[in-house]
Amino acid sequence: MQHLTVNGVTIDDTFAEAFGMRATAIIITGPNRKWARQAVVTMTGFATSVIGCGCEAAIDVELSPSQTPDGRPGCRVMIFAVSTDELQKQLQNRLGQCVLTSPGSACFADLKGETELKMGAALRYFGDGWQVSKKFGGRHYWRVPVMDGEFLCEATTGMTKAAVGGGNLLLLAQTSAKALVAAEAAVGAIEKVPGAIMPFPGGVVRSGSKVGGKYKGMMASTNDAFAPTLRGVVKSELGPDINAVLEIVIDGETSDAVAAAMKAGIAAVTELGPEKGAARISAGNYGGKLGKFHYHLKDLLP
Amino acid sequence: MKALAFTLLAEPSERLDLSPLTPEGLAGMTRRDIEAIRLGTSKRGLKVGDAFRVSGENVNTIVFEGGSNRLDCVGAGLSAGSVRVVGDAGAQAGRKMRGGVIAIEGNVGPHAGSCMRGGRLEIAGNAGDHLGGPLAGELAGMNGGMVIVRGRAGAFACDRMRRGVAVVLKGCGDYAGARMIAGTLAVVGGTGRFAGYLMRRGSILLDRQPQGLSPSFVECGAPDSAFAAVIDRYLVSEGILKRPLLGQAPGKFGGDNAVFGTGEILYRR
Repeated sequence: MQHLTVNGVTIDDTFAEAFGMRATAIIITGPNRKWARQAVVTMTGFATSVIGCGCEAAIDVELSPSQTPDGRPGCRVMIFAVSTDELQKQLQNRLGQCVLTSPGSACFADLKGETELKMGAALRYFGDGWQVSKKFGGRHYWRVPVMDGEFLCEATTGMTKAAVGGGNLLLLAQTSAKALVAAEAAVGAIEKVPGAIMPFPGGVVRSGSKVGGKYKGMMASTNDAFAPTLRGVVKSELGPDINAVLEIVIDGETSDAVAAAMKAGIAAVTELGPEKGAARISAGNYGGKLGKFHYHLKDLLP
Repeated sequence: MKALAFTLLAEPSERLDLSPLTPEGLAGMTRRDIEAIRLGTSKRGLKVGDAFRVSGENVNTIVFEGGSNRLDCVGAGLSAGSVRVVGDAGAQAGRKMRGGVIAIEGNVGPHAGSCMRGGRLEIAGNAGDHLGGPLAGELAGMNGGMVIVRGRAGAFACDRMRRGVAVVLKGCGDYAGARMIAGTLAVVGGTGRFAGYLMRRGSILLDRQPQGLSPSFVECGAPDSAFAAVIDRYLVSEGILKRPLLGQAPGKFGGDNAVFGTGEILYRR
């Protein structure tokens, strides 16, 4: 494998392999920043991977009161799933259990698409006949009476089929601490990219996976080629100076958003340099046969 | 192309029905054909050419220069394009319109926006009784779209309204929102007695506490309302209001409990 070097950080000549997904975006607001975030954090909890969670979800951007439909603090949230039915199910359950329940919350659509997913149109039945439908300005809202007043929820939101899931960066460092510094720098940069989310804890994965495993029924198992403690016993990708690897997984509203996010991440990590952060950047793929979208690192250099 | 303009020659000698003069109705017609359209409603039967001087050719933008309260059914049935009246209009302006924009720079008579389904009707002056309301025998009034009255509206504004948004900026007469089925009526400047009388569902939004309600309305609390924030911002962003109507935590009367009882009168406290 050829290697490029940017500011002392080695960039592997490889690519991230990603998949087409279904996605939607919504805006959740609250009476203040704390409670807007609380509703969102609860809703996007346990939404790291479609493998076990049904969907992948996270905050896209935080919105100031002037940017939200009701003039209160809020967040744009993106949710990704592998099918329209699963996305509808996850959206409805998470809104019903996590946002409807959160004090003072309200929920609005924030994506236009040919296919519409139900939000208030499904949750309205909680109103038990006291729900109120309101249509104005080309939008349809449901108002559901609850114990602190009303839950305002737009009837539907749009879905895109052009979303991409699984963009990624592998950050290889000499120590765990340096890997974490590099990962945090990448996450900080990617958070600023609109239309891209990082669904894993704090945006970082330490248990990258390969497809399948030796045990029957395992869809995914540890990425042994990048596990430093297995460096001597498997066909390892790690050189002698690498002792920790962290992965950033990126889902984007479009392929361009994923590319922009990876580019921002690479720029942040290379700017940090190998002494403070990662010594090498790589990416995960399956040989290019499974995913439709390939992001070559050499095309995304700063 | 210049807008198709109808300049009123003199106060008409009879009431005129202007409903044929819409972009859809005039499409493909020559000026001579247009001037031959009969508008009169009496045995005299005035034609367009008798009452107006016609100029311009763009039928999608129609202008009536000079108004009269005898000009009925301005823009009735409009589905697209725009109609502007530089002056007053008579009864049933914008009745059953489905799209497009009607702007009337003076006052209008009764039944403006009657049974409209879509589009935007904006009246700079006052409106008569039964704004958006049904004619006798019709089951529902305004059924969509938006009507804005910058002046005052008469009695029975939005009678039997079913859908859409109506905004009145200088107050309404008695029975505003009477028999509402659904929809939204916003009023700045107060209403007369019996607002929302026999309303089944729907919202009446006021800038002050209503007076003289039917006793079958009940006080229903005043929690913070995201809906109030959204509709306030919508009305301001549309250029209809200069400042929010309801505020953060509007008061609510629920009713009319003499009928279905899931309507609401929200008001700024």
